[in-house]
Amino acid sequence: MVAAALAEAITHPAAGAALDIEQVSHAFDIDGAELPVLSDVSISVEPGEFVALLGPSGCGKSTLLRLVAGLDRPKAGTLREDERRIRSPHPSRVVVFQDPTLFPWRSVWDNVALGLEAQGILKSQRHRVDDALDLVGLAAFRNAYPHQLSGGMAQRVALARALVNDPRILILDEPLGKLDSLTRITMQSEIVALWQRKGFTTLLVTHDAEEALVLANRVFVFSERPARVKADIRVDRPYPRHRGDPYLADLRRQILGLLGLDATW
Amino acid sequence: MSTYSLSDGLASGAPRLTRAPLLAGWLKESGAGVAASAIWIAFGLSCLWWEDVGDWSRTRSLGIAAFIIAAVALFGTVGADYLGSAGRGLRQRAPWLVALGAFLTLWEVATAKFAWLPLPFFPPPQAIIEVYTDDLPKLLDSVFASVRLQLGGYLIGAAVGFLTGVSIGWSRAVGYWVHPVLRFIGPLPATAWLPIAFFTFPSSWSASTFLIALATGFPVTVLTWSGVASVSNAYYDVARTLGAKSSFLVLKVAIPAALPHVFVGLFMGLGSSFAVLVVAEMIGVKAGLGWYLQWAQGWAAYANMYAALIVMSLLCSGAITLLFAIRDRLLVWQKGTVKW
Repeated sequence: MVAAALAEAITHPAAGAALDIEQVSHAFDIDGAELPVLSDVSISVEPGEFVALLGPSGCGKSTLLRLVAGLDRPKAGTLREDERRIRSPHPSRVVVFQDPTLFPWRSVWDNVALGLEAQGILKSQRHRVDDALDLVGLAAFRNAYPHQLSGGMAQRVALARALVNDPRILILDEPLGKLDSLTRITMQSEIVALWQRKGFTTLLVTHDAEEALVLANRVFVFSERPARVKADIRVDRPYPRHRGDPYLADLRRQILGLLGLDATW
Repeated sequence: MSTYSLSDGLASGAPRLTRAPLLAGWLKESGAGVAASAIWIAFGLSCLWWEDVGDWSRTRSLGIAAFIIAAVALFGTVGADYLGSAGRGLRQRAPWLVALGAFLTLWEVATAKFAWLPLPFFPPPQAIIEVYTDDLPKLLDSVFASVRLQLGGYLIGAAVGFLTGVSIGWSRAVGYWVHPVLRFIGPLPATAWLPIAFFTFPSSWSASTFLIALATGFPVTVLTWSGVASVSNAYYDVARTLGAKSSFLVLKVAIPAALPHVFVGLFMGLGSSFAVLVVAEMIGVKAGLGWYLQWAQGWAAYANMYAALIVMSLLCSGAITLLFAIRDRLLVWQKGTVKW
């Protein structure tokens, strides 16, 4: 599957970018005291890979995503997108947050159009907004306002708002964390389908081992805060993956063991 | 078994019930209208039956007008089904017509007919009608003067307040300099500036515009500022990752997100600017409804005062209605907004 994604990346110049995280450490200043959140993290992601970052809640995974997005600068180390140093946000790296954070004063269509509008190319590229809405199956809701949408629909709009920019790296910060389990399963396969079709590099933060194994080619397991990479696990299974696959169940047991939860499983 | 007995009961009860609900339904729909008609006829009669204790020229016309309103209420509510939305509206407001007619009848009898209320201070309805017909030009001039002054001052105040609020909310440097000034000057009632404003400004009109702008500007500034300051960082993060520059963050994120707060400020500013308008007109400006009130008091023309008060109330209420309409249009995305 990686090969297929890579092949697509070659045919589409806009598809996935490589991501290099080199010896990144980060800390928060809380009331003068320094709270380390990331400690010497190095991850190298190939173009078009689907990478899951898995770890206990509050370990600093989301902080790492903010660094990749360029929203914050690391205290030490470097991050590169295709050899270019990441210093500020760029629409080639779009984040889908845990909350949809749609702008309540904008209709669904206008929310999706946000990126193109911010880059000043909306006038000539309006069809891309329609395409993105079609992609997530919400074309009929283009004139609705966010308060009229269900949680799953709102998260789909947030996904469309990211995809309309043709990102080279899609950053997913527990985007399905607040959805009910049925919507969650549906959206997991939608995300895989979109990734296969578009070929972007995907970085998914999750604390759900099963979700990581169903979606990703590679799973990085993080330690408690300050987060260090504990394991880099390759998930060599074709899509669509089956939740009951014994291979995945075995990996899951390993991962839960790494997280110190083997006794409960 | 129980369903049988239930339908039996309904079937046997049906013939007895046919007439009663029809009448009840008619009464419910048109009863208030008929009552309104009756009470307005009573009002008309109260105008014409007894002699006025004073000298008012519009008593007969008022009586006839009351009869016309009674006729409209009667035929309007009874025939509401043929009148579309106007008929429905009339039916809905018929209870208010009853209350209004009763109040007017009482007022008429208590003032013009038996003078239960002391007379120059409580003029009868026909005296107020007389003001509207005979003193119309002066009243209209006053309305125009007030609206012009209010509108100018309010628009300037709202614009300056909005821009100041956005600047303080957005820029730390602007906040550093403007915030203390705002805290020092803002809470001062704008009317306290009256004596100074009237001799420092070239004309009483510009002084009043300044004061109205001041009264409007403070709440608009504070609420715009707090609106901009309370915008969730998540919105900025989203916009920034999508490639937004800071002008976009201000114009397309901060301002629309703050708009509900801004409208609260605009409402508060409107209220306090009305107060300043009236005081300024009473003290300095020689035009407008405030001045008209003052002038009427000087001549002990109490009917004119009531007439001007009614007009003023309609204007203020109209201004608030207009602001609500603008808000509802701009903030359609909010759910469950207050209806005015």
